[in-house]
Amino acid sequence: MEVYFDNSATTVVLPQVSDLVCKVMTEDFGNPSSMHIRGVEAERYLRTARGQIASAMKVSEKEIFFTSGGTESDNWALIGGAMANRRRGKHIITSAVEHAAVRQPLLLLEELGFEVTVLPVDAAGHVDPGRLADALREDTILVSVMYVNNEMGAVEPIEEIGRIIKAYDPAILFHVDAVQAFGKYRIYPRNLNADLVSVSGHKIHAPKGTGFLYVKEKTKIRPIILGGGQQGGMRSGTDNVPGAAGIGLAASLACEDLEEKAACMRSLKDRLEAGLREIPDVRINSGSDEGSAPHIVNASFTGIRSEVLLHALEDRGICVSAGSACSTNKKLPVSPVLKELGLPKDALESALRFSFSTLNTPQEVDYTLEVLRELVPMLRRYTRH
Amino acid sequence: MEQTYLIKYGEIGIKGKNRHLFEDALVRQIDLALERLQGEFHTRKEQGRIYVESDGSCESWEVLEALKKVFGIVGICPVMKTDDRGLEALGDDMIRFLEEGEYDLKGKTFKVVTRRARKSYPVESMEVNAYLGGRILEWCPEAAVDVHEPDILFHVEIRELIYIYSRVIPGPGGMPAGTGGRSMLLLSGGIDSPVAGYMMAKRGVVLDAVYFHAPPYTSERARQKVEDLARQVAVYAGPIRLHVINFTDIQLYIYEQCPHDELTIIMRRYMMKLAEIFAAKCGCLSLVTGESVGQVASQTMQSLAVTNAVCTLPVFRPLIAFDKREIVEIAEQIGTFETSILPYEDCCTIFVAKHPVTKPNLRAIERSERKLAEKIDELMEEAVRTAEVVEIRA
Repeated sequence: MEVYFDNSATTVVLPQVSDLVCKVMTEDFGNPSSMHIRGVEAERYLRTARGQIASAMKVSEKEIFFTSGGTESDNWALIGGAMANRRRGKHIITSAVEHAAVRQPLLLLEELGFEVTVLPVDAAGHVDPGRLADALREDTILVSVMYVNNEMGAVEPIEEIGRIIKAYDPAILFHVDAVQAFGKYRIYPRNLNADLVSVSGHKIHAPKGTGFLYVKEKTKIRPIILGGGQQGGMRSGTDNVPGAAGIGLAASLACEDLEEKAACMRSLKDRLEAGLREIPDVRINSGSDEGSAPHIVNASFTGIRSEVLLHALEDRGICVSAGSACSTNKKLPVSPVLKELGLPKDALESALRFSFSTLNTPQEVDYTLEVLRELVPMLRRYTRH
Repeated sequence: MEQTYLIKYGEIGIKGKNRHLFEDALVRQIDLALERLQGEFHTRKEQGRIYVESDGSCESWEVLEALKKVFGIVGICPVMKTDDRGLEALGDDMIRFLEEGEYDLKGKTFKVVTRRARKSYPVESMEVNAYLGGRILEWCPEAAVDVHEPDILFHVEIRELIYIYSRVIPGPGGMPAGTGGRSMLLLSGGIDSPVAGYMMAKRGVVLDAVYFHAPPYTSERARQKVEDLARQVAVYAGPIRLHVINFTDIQLYIYEQCPHDELTIIMRRYMMKLAEIFAAKCGCLSLVTGESVGQVASQTMQSLAVTNAVCTLPVFRPLIAFDKREIVEIAEQIGTFETSILPYEDCCTIFVAKHPVTKPNLRAIERSERKLAEKIDELMEEAVRTAEVVEIRA
């Protein structure tokens, strides 16, 4: 049985989406900047896609800007937002469990003279809104907090955070990295009081290299990719029309019957967690309640290094992830986020992440549990000293 | 533009009656290296010289890059080839050579060295030297002749055709592949073993390799990494047959049966044994490892001796007296370093004890190994039977 439980790393492109992308690439391949009919045609795809996303988020089409993915969206929101507001102040607030696409640009901003306050999280990975309220200052210009943590699945109290920020000072920009949340939750920036929202295409069954940033109208942000002035000068570069068409369609598909699909994923999660609890010495790091995303299970198999169990599962056709897929290229792939949560060393070193999509089935969960019941005791016989 | 290169080779020039074997091997390796480039090449031996002629479809620097990796070559000289149309015409050719090669002789000293391999050429070498020297001085009056310590040497070889060359691009030296026999390299994903393989290849040794993987403890990426390393070594060493041996069961069995501080050393002994089995199969007369004395617990003098005790073939360790820094330098130079430092676990590190023995005693180790008697032969056979062979080409 082939089981793909690594949907937080990336997802398969849906057939409808790939058909559309392929058609745009091979038939309607025009450049929207061209004045001739092919350009006009291509422009229509962009508009359709923008419309699909805008209606999924209940915002205006003018507020959607296509990017190359989550990383670019985050970079743009932070660097572009900070630079445009630097005269008002230099203070930025973020959480300790952000993705590297947020952490790294903030390091750059620190080098450039900005001051960054990092909010700690509790054992479940949640930011305390009270701590945020205390951290806000006169010179705060930007707050960035993710909606769903990619490693633990912790859902941050985004609405409350948004309310606190805007009550303190409506001019403070609020950026939400919704890469892991889009398609699992209805993301309405107005309800969240968010000015900037990052979304990635390949996490919602669109191609890699696609994404968008929601930028609330009249938000003070400057472009960071400069050039031919596409997308109203906000994001230059020839428009990725097939990609935009793909993410537009994928976004609208993801939001169809979203509640049902999310419930489906949550039932897989509950099923997996229930099974894991029956295996001795398995520690479930992700929460099980509403404070945890429906599609992510993070568990430690004490005594077995993540990499080993991962490859043993792979051998049985099951693909999962160790910690976060984005951090595996470092010498010791121990996740800084999991570390932040105060997990003991052996739990850190043995953590696996299972992440679902709507395409997964209960049978796949059962098969995975069956394999784990067999592998875990076997691998525990051999441990490093 | 057509271009001829004169290939200088050192040591193989002095190998007596076997000389033609070495030269033929060098020609073969040159052909192999040029195979990947665009266009036609013709390599020929002529009176103790090897010439490579390119039809000019590829860039000169591509040819030089390829030749610089062929062991046995000491130097590569881009040559101007010209017909014999008399001494005056040869003088014109000399000037053309200077102009095309963008030589700047202002304030420099030079010397012309003529070799008259065709004795029927009507002008003697010394006269040719003098005439061409005069022409060069006419072309650049600010230059001067110095026959003792010239800045620049111009070589003129008079054969059927006449060859003019000056610049020598250094080659890697060593011996052409295939002249030094065949050896089995124990290749890991580390920094040392690819360098060890490279150094043996430099002496004309053809390489086979064994790699031990231990799924699920080591990953597909670790294996990919080793194949990539082998491919990089093959740029210099020629094609390598890589035997991928599944070591998991043996390793786990050792883990179950033997004291854990002896794991690494016992494991290495079985790796050597397996390497010998494959060496025999492939006609290798020796083993090669990347060991360097004292580098880690398994490479102390005592450990090396205990590991070596299981071998019947000679084990060559070209890095034995090298510092890590020196090894890294070579690894960087041959382009294996970046791959070597990718952080995938290999089977030597997965069960390392905190305090492995550093001064193992052969008898004690053998005693421990007796605990493996029941199943080890069967497991070894299984490992041999299930090994995969991958043909690695640069």
